[in-house]
Amino acid sequence: MRLLLIAAMAAVPAPVWADSLIPPAEYAYRQLPDPKLEAKAAALMHTLRCLVCQGQSIADSDAEMAGDMRAMVRRRIEAGESPEQIRAWLIERYGNWVSYAPPVEPVTWPLWAAPILLIGAGLYLARGRFRRKPR
Amino acid sequence: MRRLVLWVPLVVFLIFVATVAIGLYKPSERTIRSQMIGKQIPAFALPEAVPGKPALGSDALTSGEPRLLNVFASWCVPCIAEAPQLMELARRGVPIDAIAIRDRPEDVAKFLGRWGDPYQRIGSDRDSSVQLAMGSSGVPETFVIDGKGVIRYQHIGDIRPEHLPAILRAFEAAQ
Amino acid sequence: MIAEAGLATLWIAGALSLLQLFLGASALRPGGEALMRTVRPVAAAQAALVAIAFLALIQLFLRTDLSVALVAANSHSAKPWLFKFAGTWGNHEGSMLLWVTILGLAGGAVALLERSINERTLIATLAAQAAIGLGFYAFLLFASNPFERLSPAPAQGQGLNPLLQDLGLAFHPPTLYIGYVGISVAFSFAVGALITRDVGPAFARAMRPWVLGAWIFLTLGITAGSYWAYYELGWGGWWFWDPVENASLMPWLAATALLHSVTVLATRDSLRAWTVMLAVVAFSMSMVGTFLVRSGILTSVHAFAVDPQRGAFILLLLALYIGGALALFGLRVGTVKEGATFEPVSREGALVANNLLLSVILGIVLVGTLYPLGAEAVTGEKLSVGPPYFNSAAGPVALLLIAIMAAGPLIRWRRDQGREVLQRIALPVLLAAIVLFLVILLVPGIRILPLLGLVLAAGTAAASVAPLWKRNLRRTPLFTWGMVIAHLGIAVSLAGMASEAAFTKETLIAARIGQTARVGPWEIRLDAVDPIAGPNWTANEATLTARRGTSEPFVMTPQARMFSSPPTETSEAAIATSADGQLYTVVGKPDAEGRWQLRLWWKPFVTLIWFGGGLIALGGLLSIIGRVRRERKPKWDEVYA
Repeated sequence: MRLLLIAAMAAVPAPVWADSLIPPAEYAYRQLPDPKLEAKAAALMHTLRCLVCQGQSIADSDAEMAGDMRAMVRRRIEAGESPEQIRAWLIERYGNWVSYAPPVEPVTWPLWAAPILLIGAGLYLARGRFRRKPR
Repeated sequence: MRRLVLWVPLVVFLIFVATVAIGLYKPSERTIRSQMIGKQIPAFALPEAVPGKPALGSDALTSGEPRLLNVFASWCVPCIAEAPQLMELARRGVPIDAIAIRDRPEDVAKFLGRWGDPYQRIGSDRDSSVQLAMGSSGVPETFVIDGKGVIRYQHIGDIRPEHLPAILRAFEAAQ
Repeated sequence: MIAEAGLATLWIAGALSLLQLFLGASALRPGGEALMRTVRPVAAAQAALVAIAFLALIQLFLRTDLSVALVAANSHSAKPWLFKFAGTWGNHEGSMLLWVTILGLAGGAVALLERSINERTLIATLAAQAAIGLGFYAFLLFASNPFERLSPAPAQGQGLNPLLQDLGLAFHPPTLYIGYVGISVAFSFAVGALITRDVGPAFARAMRPWVLGAWIFLTLGITAGSYWAYYELGWGGWWFWDPVENASLMPWLAATALLHSVTVLATRDSLRAWTVMLAVVAFSMSMVGTFLVRSGILTSVHAFAVDPQRGAFILLLLALYIGGALALFGLRVGTVKEGATFEPVSREGALVANNLLLSVILGIVLVGTLYPLGAEAVTGEKLSVGPPYFNSAAGPVALLLIAIMAAGPLIRWRRDQGREVLQRIALPVLLAAIVLFLVILLVPGIRILPLLGLVLAAGTAAASVAPLWKRNLRRTPLFTWGMVIAHLGIAVSLAGMASEAAFTKETLIAARIGQTARVGPWEIRLDAVDPIAGPNWTANEATLTARRGTSEPFVMTPQARMFSSPPTETSEAAIATSADGQLYTVVGKPDAEGRWQLRLWWKPFVTLIWFGGGLIALGGLLSIIGRVRRERKPKWDEVYA
């Protein structure tokens, strides 16, 4: 098996002047010992939005606050809370904006109905294209 | 029927233009407001941030009198800019408490020594947990909390001189 | 001097664009036939002049002429020449000039090369192309002048941000732009054909190579962008449904649907209204994308320099062009006679389903991207729409589409029997079933979407090469090879995506020197972390030794870099590619006890995603060569008969 090494270049820059002097929280960069719990936590973290970033999940961000949020998520999952409970807790404090999974509420009914409506509209438009089978 | 259907794309497009034009002309605030405004402040008990200064717990904020809660950090640059305004508010008799985010005692002490200390109590929140519980999304932020511990007002960002009237009004309203 | 010459040339090109529109419109009126001969030369001249203007700007950047404001703001004399060159379009004004240049060059190419279409329709097409150009020339000349002087000239430029000196970042825009702007030709053809009421097979055959060409570049641009984000951002994600990413995907979806629709129109004279509509939609999506990323109304990690005022101008152009084209559509398409009909189970039927599903996915992506904006405008509430929505809404539709894509090439034109189709796809379905069985057995916890992806990828890969079965391969037309390879590319890409979603392993660890971590089948030992320095940065470089089983260990060196001006930190991932996946390693900060954060991923078969993208583009290339050759053949016969 041949191996190709590609050393890659820069990543998203983090402005340095806004960092505290305290190291990241314990679980900001450490996985939970139980892989199943860690998988649950990771799945949740990929769908929570970083509060101080330009459009990243807390799993993808190196910002300190994102690290603290990750630590909080992991601690709570370890303590037995469900991902949905944690998401609801955060939404209670920051609104739906903090969750990348839009809620299913009246304000988002058009969003969730869109795929079905679009397929329906397409089928309606396409119905005239076909030749009727000869009797 | 076919005739009408052919105009649907144009109508959809015009709705798109209208939506987007609204987005352009009324640009959305980039800040994330706390959803806890109008709700009870979450229970917490933070250790002291600076030796000699009392620590901060949520019971201190339900003392029967409205108070200001300033969320700051010694490493936060705009916090320096708002220090004079906070000193002014303290001078006018507004009780101010603080939560120091991710800060070491020596840094907080240096910050207060250099830029002034308008606070009655300072709690140390090393892992942002109280900040998250309050729906605060960064530093600096200032909350007006009424005597019963209900959050009444949130000011995001550093307090500039022109913001003082609004904050004082919110403080009066919380009496 | 060069700046003034460049500006003057740009003005003249703009004037020629106006002339092209005027002559074209006049030539189409009754009695204006004499003017028809003038339009092509004017288009060619416009192309030449706008190219010269762009070359002038390149010259200014290569020379670092600091008396030009744009150069002073975006370049620096110490930049390597390659990045000075790429810096020409690495800013708003330069990229708009690139836009207009490609627009002009595309129009000029049509003027010089297009001979197979009704002349009136061609004139109308060139007039439409000129009309599009006019708006952008006006934008450039009145609101974004790239040649503006700066007096007094500063001693040095400001554009030495090392983060922008990256090959991927430098060459990603032109590739995408050729695609974005190249599809304007399809738009112009559609508008032209609506004006002259000439929507038919000849029109479709003429438009096809232009659509293919633009589509190939869009495919390459998106594939390259995805890979670049993957290794740049340091977290191994290859697609995030970010608004800027969606802005590049939407034209591609429309162009793919257009590509297939144009073939139906060319060979079966069917789907006239759909084809015209898709051509309008494809370029509209290009313009919408340009608008979204420059206006600042959507937040994105890939955000460009944003300016709501410029956004408003582009919105105005958008409203004019797309609104105009859609109004023309409403007015004229009713009078376009419908072509031949066909039965539901037929190649045409499959292509209609293909168009439909691609349009549905396009609609989902558009709605999802704009929904936060719309919801906030109506209710004032902020919400976020991200991967959970897009994956669950568009994912199943995409899988259905790929299933139809697998069966489509095996269905006959006009009319076919369901039973016979099932016979022809029996082998691919069998293969898919075997893969389903195996995966469920070997990977018990796999989620449904990645499972379906793997199964479908296997079946589709088999089905895509099926058209070659029992054919004389040397006599198979090149464009059939193109279709086979492009569809195979989709299957390969899907396999990569499903594999990455299902099998990626991640390990985060705070490691001491000498400690070993495991990720997937790999053992990674942290040997050392040393401070090193580069030309304008310092870094902590970790030396990792990676080994799998009993194979030869090898060394990887991820870095955590610090730049001083401006002060920023970046992370250089070290990636090792092997036949069955990529090992992706990142070193972070030390913690309080002197342990180093390591982030390690093992991503099986992830490279298939971009390899598949390359195959898709290759398929397009073979198709375009095959079609152009086929079109030319009768001419050769005429000449040499």
